[in-house]
Amino acid sequence: MRTLMWVGWTNLRRDRVAQALTFLLPIVFFSIFATVFGGQGDAATARIRIAVVDDDRSEVSARLIEGLRNEKSLRTQTTSDASGTGAILDRAAAERLVREGDVPVAIVIPAGLGAAFSENGFAGGGPAVQLLSDVSDRIAPQVVLGLLQKVAMTAAPDLLMQGGMRQFEKHAGAMTPQQKAAVDEWLPRLKTQGQSNGAGGTAASAGAMPITVDVVDVMRTDNRRGSLISFYAAGIGVMFLLFSSVAGAGGALLDEAETGTLERLLSTNIGMTGILVGKWILLALIGCLQLTVMFLWGRVAFGLPLFSHLPGFAVMTLFTAAAAAALGLVLASLARSRAQLSGFSTILILTMSALGGSMFPRFLMSEGMQKVGLLTFNAWALDGYLKVFWRQAAIWQLWPQILVLVTLTGVFLSVARLLARRWEAA
Amino acid sequence: MNVLTVRDARKRFGQVAALDGATFELRHGELLALLGPNGAGKTTLIRAITGRVRLDGGEIRLFDRVLGGSRTAPELGIVPQEIALYPLLTARENLHAFGGLHGLAGKELQQQVDWALERIGLLDRAAEIVKQFSGGMRRRLNIACGVLHRPRVVLLDEPTVGVDPQSRDRIYDMLADLAASGVSLLLTTHHLEEAEARCSRTVIIDHGKAIAAGTMSELVDQTVGRFRLVTLRLDAPLDAETALKVAGRSNGSAIEGDGHVLKARMQDVASELPPLLQCIRTAGRTVDDVEVRGPSLQSVFIHLTGRELRE
Repeated sequence: MRTLMWVGWTNLRRDRVAQALTFLLPIVFFSIFATVFGGQGDAATARIRIAVVDDDRSEVSARLIEGLRNEKSLRTQTTSDASGTGAILDRAAAERLVREGDVPVAIVIPAGLGAAFSENGFAGGGPAVQLLSDVSDRIAPQVVLGLLQKVAMTAAPDLLMQGGMRQFEKHAGAMTPQQKAAVDEWLPRLKTQGQSNGAGGTAASAGAMPITVDVVDVMRTDNRRGSLISFYAAGIGVMFLLFSSVAGAGGALLDEAETGTLERLLSTNIGMTGILVGKWILLALIGCLQLTVMFLWGRVAFGLPLFSHLPGFAVMTLFTAAAAAALGLVLASLARSRAQLSGFSTILILTMSALGGSMFPRFLMSEGMQKVGLLTFNAWALDGYLKVFWRQAAIWQLWPQILVLVTLTGVFLSVARLLARRWEAA
Repeated sequence: MNVLTVRDARKRFGQVAALDGATFELRHGELLALLGPNGAGKTTLIRAITGRVRLDGGEIRLFDRVLGGSRTAPELGIVPQEIALYPLLTARENLHAFGGLHGLAGKELQQQVDWALERIGLLDRAAEIVKQFSGGMRRRLNIACGVLHRPRVVLLDEPTVGVDPQSRDRIYDMLADLAASGVSLLLTTHHLEEAEARCSRTVIIDHGKAIAAGTMSELVDQTVGRFRLVTLRLDAPLDAETALKVAGRSNGSAIEGDGHVLKARMQDVASELPPLLQCIRTAGRTVDDVEVRGPSLQSVFIHLTGRELRE
C-alpha cells in the first residue's frame, strides 16, 4: 500500500502536466468565474457604456446628462468617440454605435422634454425619451432604464419643484406672495442639493415618473431566438474547433514524429514548410466542415438562421478555422509528447474559452476582463459571428475580426515553422 | 567507385560524443553493413547522411558532392528503424503516398507500386490496411516505401528488427536484388550473422568510430587471423601428464570444464588434428565429438573491442 502511494506521488511530482491539471487549472477557472460572477471584490457590476443624444439642449437635458455622467455604474459618451472627442452624437450615430456593438444602450433626449418637464414636474406628459438598445445584452437596458428614472428624479429637484408648483397653482389657485418668496428662497438650496446628490442620490418616488421612456430594439432581427442560438453555436463551436485542431495537429506532427513517418516525409521533396502547410490546409478544411455541421444542426434543430447569413458565416468560418489550425500546429510543435500536448492544450483552450466568451458572453464580464478577453483567439472569432448573425453586418464590416484572425494565423504559422526546426536537424 | 564517403565525422550531444571521427565509404552496388552495439553511433551516422543531424566536424560526400543543410539528397532512399507507415492506409495507398511525395506520378507511379508490391510479396494483400499486417509484412512494406522512387543509394536503419527468419530472408533477397541492379545499400545492424552472411562488406563501429572495415576475410586477416577453433569432447577427463602432452601437440590448447572438453587453435586442421587424436587415443581416451569453427565476425568484434557485441 505504502509503495503504491509512493509510486503514485513520485509520478505526480515528476509530471508537470498532471500537476498543472490537478492544481493550476481549477485555480484558473475558479478565478475567472469568481471575477466574472463575484463582482471583482468590492467593485459592483461592470460599468455600462451608454451613448446620449441631446436633441433638447435645455437645462433639463443638460442636468440629466450630468446626472448620468455622475452615475458610477455608467460610462456616458455624448460624442462619437468614447474619449470625448469627435462629433456630437445625433440619433443616427447613436443607433449605429448600438448596432455595431460599441455600446449596448443609447439614450435619445427628444426636443421639448425640458419644457414639458419644467411645466409639468411629476405629472410628466412630455415627449418620450428613447432607449435604443441591443437586446442581445438583456441586462444593460434594464439597468439604464432604472438609472435614467432615478436621475430624472434627483438631478433637477429644483426644476421638478418649479413644475410641481405650476401644476399646484393651476389646479389649487395662486400662492400668496409670502409663499412664493419662501419657495424662491428654497429652490436654490434644492438645486444645490440635487447637484450634490449625484450618484448618491436616491429616487424620490417610486410612483409617478417625470419622464416617459420608449425602449427601441435597434437590431430588429426577424429571428431573434435563432440569432441568439447562433451566438452559442459559435461559442461552443470555436471551443471544440480548438480542441479538434490541437488533436489533429498532434496526430499530424507528434504521431508522425514518433512513428517515423515524419522522418520519411522529410526525406521527400516536400520539406518541412510543405509538410506544415499541407497539414494546416487539411486541418483548416476539417475545421470548416466541423463548424458547418454544427451550424447545420443548429439550423435543423433550433431554427438558427444559417442560410440567410451564409456569406458572413462562410467568411468567418474560413478564417476562424484557419487560425485555429495554425494554433494547433504551434501547440503540437511546442509539445514533446502527445501527453504533454493534451494536458497543456486542455488548460490553454479552456482558459481561452472562458476568457474569450465561449462559455458565457463577454459583455457579462468587467471591462478589464473584456479587454483581457481580446487577447484570446475566441473573442475575435465570436465577435465576428455575433456581427454576422446578430448585428446583420455586411462582410466588409468584419474587417477588424478578419484582420486579427489573419494576423494570428500568420504569427502562429511562423512560430510553428520555427519550432518545427527541431525535427529537421539536431 | 565510392558513392558515399564519410570522413572524420564528429558529433557531440552534450557531453556524449555520438560520432568521434567515423570514416568509411560505400561503394557502387554493394550492400554494406554498419555493425555495432547499441549506442555505437550507427543511427546518428545515418541521420547525418540524411541531413537530420548537423555534424560538428568532418564531411559527408555523396557522388563527390559534399552534403549539407537539412534537405535530404534526392539520390537517397531512407528506411527508418521504426515502421514508418500509415496504419489506416492500405499497402497500395501507402506506396502511392510516399511515391507521390518523391515526385512519381501517373503511369510511372503505378508501375513502381506494382513492382514494389510484387518484390515484397504483398501483391495479393495490397488492398488490406497496414494495421492488419504482421510485423514482417510491415517491415517489407517499410523497405518498399524507401526504394520505390529508385534511389541510387539506400540507407536502412535496422531493417530486420523484430522480424521472423522467413521474412528476414525475404528482406535480404530483396536487398540483394537491389544491389545487383546497381543500387548501393548501407544498413545498420547489430545482427552479426546477417552482416556476415548477407553483406558484401562490414564496417565495425564502436564509440562513434569505425574501427575496422572490409569483407569478412579481410576483417579476419586484419584481426584474428585464419585459425580454426577445434573443440573435442572426451569420454573421460585427461590426467595432468596427458594434458601436457596434448598441449605440446597443438597451438594454444586448453582443457575446459571438468576436463572433458579440449579446445585447440589450428592453422591447418587437416595436418594438425590427426596427431592430436592419436595422442588422446594413446592416453586411453575416446573422442565423442569434434567441432571445427572458422573465424567469425563475433571473434573479430571481440578481438577489436574486447567484448561481446550485445554488451
